[in-house]
Amino acid sequence: MNLLIKNGRIIDPSQKMDQTADLLIADGVIKQLGANLTAPSGTTTIDAAGCYVTPGLIDMHVHLRDPGLEYKEDIISGTRAAVAGGFTSVACMPNTKPVIDNKAVASYIIYKAKAEGFCNVFPVGSITYGSGGERMAEMGELKESGCVAVSDDGKPVKSSELMRRALQYANGIGIMVISHAEDLDLVGEGTMHEGFTSTELGLKGIPRIAEDIATSREVLLAEYTNAPLHIAHVSTAGAVRIIREAKARGVKVTCETAPHYFTLTDDAVRGYNTNAKMNPPLREATDVAAIKAGLKDGTIDAIATDHAPHHLDEKDVEFNEAMNGIVGLETSLPLALKLVGEGSLTLAQLVEKMAVNPSKILGIPRGTLAVGAVADITVIDPQVEWTVEADNLASKSKNSPFLGWRLQGGARCTIVGGVVEFQR
Amino acid sequence: MVFRHKHIIALRDLNKEEIELLLSTAESMREINGRDIKKVPTLRGKTIINLFYESSTRTRTSFEIAGKRLSADTVNIAPSNSSATKGETLADTALNLLAMKPDIIVMRHAVSGSHYFLANKVNCSIINAGDGAHEHPSQGLLDMLTIKDKFGRLDGLKVAIVGDITHSRVARSDIQGLTKMGSQIFVAGPPTMVPPGVEKLGNVVACGTMKEAIQDADVIIMLRIQQERQGKTLMPNTREYSRYFGLNPVNLKLAKPDALVMHPGPINRGVEMSSYVVDGPQSHILKQVENGVAVRMAMLYHVCGGGSVE
Repeated sequence: MNLLIKNGRIIDPSQKMDQTADLLIADGVIKQLGANLTAPSGTTTIDAAGCYVTPGLIDMHVHLRDPGLEYKEDIISGTRAAVAGGFTSVACMPNTKPVIDNKAVASYIIYKAKAEGFCNVFPVGSITYGSGGERMAEMGELKESGCVAVSDDGKPVKSSELMRRALQYANGIGIMVISHAEDLDLVGEGTMHEGFTSTELGLKGIPRIAEDIATSREVLLAEYTNAPLHIAHVSTAGAVRIIREAKARGVKVTCETAPHYFTLTDDAVRGYNTNAKMNPPLREATDVAAIKAGLKDGTIDAIATDHAPHHLDEKDVEFNEAMNGIVGLETSLPLALKLVGEGSLTLAQLVEKMAVNPSKILGIPRGTLAVGAVADITVIDPQVEWTVEADNLASKSKNSPFLGWRLQGGARCTIVGGVVEFQR
Repeated sequence: MVFRHKHIIALRDLNKEEIELLLSTAESMREINGRDIKKVPTLRGKTIINLFYESSTRTRTSFEIAGKRLSADTVNIAPSNSSATKGETLADTALNLLAMKPDIIVMRHAVSGSHYFLANKVNCSIINAGDGAHEHPSQGLLDMLTIKDKFGRLDGLKVAIVGDITHSRVARSDIQGLTKMGSQIFVAGPPTMVPPGVEKLGNVVACGTMKEAIQDADVIIMLRIQQERQGKTLMPNTREYSRYFGLNPVNLKLAKPDALVMHPGPINRGVEMSSYVVDGPQSHILKQVENGVAVRMAMLYHVCGGGSVE
């Protein structure tokens, strides 16, 4: 099937392009890019006037909960949520049941995503067996079976020795290590950010230094081993500063943040709102400002959602009992567009952080609209307004702190391999 | 004045007038407690469930007696020996209890904010008998009543609170209440036990030493310290704690000569307070317990809509 996307504003930082043009797609690849293209007969035309046409967005940090935790989400519902949010690719974290620490689980995910999913799914294998933090998983075979990175996401690799060896070993294989940087001793029994709000609510706090210290260790290990490293879900001003300084020294470190860390503060927890409970926790206004500055100056390479679906039963409980995490796939794009609206980010930067950079970090051949590239394309309507409601989220889970929010902007059309998988 | 709240979960949610109303009602309830026949029919036909997820002798007994003196039917449940150990959620437990048509659930729970969670699920009144490190409003009220008995007022007083402020729901309720009534609170404890932003909680001064806090104080509230809770990383041991943050006859002299000494109990004699102080003339600890019944009668009475007391 052929597709012609007409009159859109093509924003593709991979080609340093920002201009109104047409895009012709045939056989799942981008055939032509230019003004006033004419379509061969049988071509479906999409009028993208007033819309942005960008390389398909990539969320490099999601939890699809499949296999094992399908009551929260599965590959079908998760990828449906992804395309509804404008994502053509997602990288899914290995804390499934069983953990993605072997070829069988990785292959299952890839197979099921191809057969029944709506977008590309790139599994992330675990660093250690069962993410147990004891012994390295078979990273070589994980890579061969299609994993694009390794991570024990949800927790750090506690042993500095093991982390050092994992970085060295993964570097030899050529697979990215993604770190969940947190000092668990400092986290303790904390359930929210440590600050005035935790004092007033009487909740145990998680101090910023839990993240800062762990980020420092990871950066120093990456520097010492001269191996690439990616830091997941940066939430503190300290971590931004540490990564900025490391980058200036030439350390091969990249990082991501999530939309909630540049949108919300720990004030959102007031009322003991379990949909504002996640790990790392929502921080304070100074951290939000630092995250925005880090995005703007390039310290933070990517925006990823840490999409973490949980069943109502796991959130509709006392605050301490509630699971950590929120869904994010369907609210990420409009929240990032808000940053563009307020001048914290340019449109080109947004596309870099949501498509170009994730593809580079994970080494997946995506993130570009160059002729000949796979036709993963997101058509973004910057004007559309909608209200976040449980009923209109495609994800199986509805644990969003943005329920009831009026948002502007979203995917008009999500095209995966030349096929329209979502249309608004 | 009419008390408009269906629930009493935190003194943070009440204004000065509402606190005054509860205290003045408690004063009239105290008269009942001094009678030969300590019972009035005010809450006859009302059912009160005392749901205590954390063990408690004093508070639970006090609420039970308060309910009975007002002729309510009171039932005590300690879920550690019922369904909670079978894995039933708090919401399910509450909904099942609710099906039996109670008028008030008085709950103590280890998780801060549990009462707000519960209040969204049920249509009876909820009274907080202590939630995590958040609030303990009946304790705050009985502390204020005890202070008012002594000084005849609650404004312009210097109140010292000494101990583990971070983990204390008593401290938070005292700070909320006393700030609204116009007193100034001086908190002291090892820096490991003083939470960030404590001064923003109310009219609070955070002191570096116990001496600063209790110097010329009108009231000293000592908090319970437990080796098992604070022992791991917050302090070396109770011996050293007692040296720097224990109240004894010597440092008590720093306070005003007629200063009031209080403690929410249970006391660790020889740790946060020496027995000479506990049993000394300035100690009002048992007076606090006595006032506890009156205050809780007032709370039960007002969440049931007030009306005449005989």
